Amino acid sequence: MALKVLSHDEGAPVGGCAASGCGSSTDRLAHLPEAIRAKVNNHPCFSEDAHHHYARMHVAVAPACNIQCHYCNRKYDCSNESRPGVVSEVLTPDQAVKKVMAVAAAIPQMTVLGIAGPGDPLANPARTLETFRQLSEKAPDIKLCVSTNGLALPAVVDELCKHNIEHVTITINCVDPDVGAKIYPWIFWNNRRIKGRRAAEILIEQQQKGLEMLVARGVLVKVNSVLIPGVNDEHLKEVSRVVKAKGAFLHNVMPLIAEAEHGTFYGIMGQRGPTTEELQSLQDSCAGDMAMMRHCRQCRADAVGMLGEDRGHEFTLDKIEHLDIDYAEAMVRRAEVHSTIEANRAAQRQRTGETFVSLASLQRKIPVKPEPRPVLMAVATTGGGVIDQHFGHAREFLVYEASSQDVRFIGVRKVDQYCSGDATCGDAETALQKTLRALAGCEVVLCSRIGYEPWGQLEAAGIAPNGEHALEPIEEAVAAVYRELAESGRLDQAIPEPQRMSA
Amino acid sequence: MAFQIIEGCVNCWACEPLCPSGAIFAATPHFQIDAKKCTECEGDFAEPQCASICPVEGVILDGLGVPANPPGSLTGIPPERMAAAMAEIQAR
Repeated sequence: MALKVLSHDEGAPVGGCAASGCGSSTDRLAHLPEAIRAKVNNHPCFSEDAHHHYARMHVAVAPACNIQCHYCNRKYDCSNESRPGVVSEVLTPDQAVKKVMAVAAAIPQMTVLGIAGPGDPLANPARTLETFRQLSEKAPDIKLCVSTNGLALPAVVDELCKHNIEHVTITINCVDPDVGAKIYPWIFWNNRRIKGRRAAEILIEQQQKGLEMLVARGVLVKVNSVLIPGVNDEHLKEVSRVVKAKGAFLHNVMPLIAEAEHGTFYGIMGQRGPTTEELQSLQDSCAGDMAMMRHCRQCRADAVGMLGEDRGHEFTLDKIEHLDIDYAEAMVRRAEVHSTIEANRAAQRQRTGETFVSLASLQRKIPVKPEPRPVLMAVATTGGGVIDQHFGHAREFLVYEASSQDVRFIGVRKVDQYCSGDATCGDAETALQKTLRALAGCEVVLCSRIGYEPWGQLEAAGIAPNGEHALEPIEEAVAAVYRELAESGRLDQAIPEPQRMSA
Repeated sequence: MAFQIIEGCVNCWACEPLCPSGAIFAATPHFQIDAKKCTECEGDFAEPQCASICPVEGVILDGLGVPANPPGSLTGIPPERMAAAMAEIQAR
């Protein structure tokens, strides 16, 4: 097996094995035309590399919904929760526009504004479209995108295109009404509530039609699917094939979130979510068919900031009401910040490339040995593509798989799953135990610093803590640690026992 | 006769634009139906629109004061199952 020596000259073509290796997420989009790659370059939800550097925000202007999903409960609002459909404050279009400009001025990395709920944005066409109309006029440097269940999509496609919407996400959980009947109890269609298989049939029809119409108009479409074990897990491979054939460019399979306390059908009925292994394995099998997104954080419908962080509390209505924002001035500063980010990204890509050259030389030194096995490593980062977070402060870890070929981004593991409520939740598990469970399968955790106690417990669980690569680019550090492990001969042995804890 | 919105409404706005009589209005703590304007959609639609899109069980009453969407009718969760789950959560 030959290893590619990667070069990253400024003038190098963007296709092929760019960035951090053939399997890397950046490269997953390599088959796309340059025009599309340019469109997603600074979109944190459409490009895995971009999510290290750029932030997004959602404005909750769309409270109404036209369907019911078994994983959603419209009654829910908890400020401690971070999951789709949850929101603290519904805004009018005017309030939303004000909030977007305030955030854009305060967080210049914010490049993307999405409307994602808390209901279905297109079931609130007047509010959603008015927000887009104002923003495309007042803040032309912000990308606008929308997320929908697809039922009302065909009816508003042309209106969306008028407002310069370049990115649309459709949640498609099935293409078979029999599967759909187990996910959607009802839809509201042509002034009637329709239940059962027929409801799913109509929804699927409209989703597919909407997808085709968007693609025909040159809009980038990402498809989100919720992985529901025993309901649509096998079926999602079919979904992936179908949506790719119709021109969706990215598929994001997300794990079902179902807890009894959320009051959802699945939560109450005891439907479980997938394990990280099940999710990963499904993503891997769909990956043959199309580009998979693995860095989704399943944000709230009013999230603000980098993916995985929520600074919404800094921009509540009472705080932004009296702000007077000079957006023209803000745009100048934003453009400066964006060009600094792009310079950093280019530099990082260059450094990462050099690392892969040395990995290749390692291969040549020990040609007789069998190929060292791949290793999963968890990384604590606050963004920027570098290892810069204290272990104890991390609320999530990025997981990378290092092999002798490349470093591949695998997914995100959240530590406190969707609820940070403490006393009320009555959970006997300590924060550290939760973290250990979240890191199951990983053999190394990279962070900027780590305390004495977690150090010992991590080692006991078969996970090696490593603080030696603080502030280094993630993929470069992961490659360096992998090289050390390979050179020490530890990768010739089977996977050590203790890490195979419960998933 | 008129429909009525009661406590439990989550103010999602879904019903408001659908009402053919303009009888539904935003209020605190939740949306209200103007009884004088409500026609129960007679002559406009086969089914009352507010009750047909409302996502929350039990919060819209018909002219007789009966919930248009009784427990379990929208979520598919059997009411006894819901009660058991709630009791279990309370006991934690």
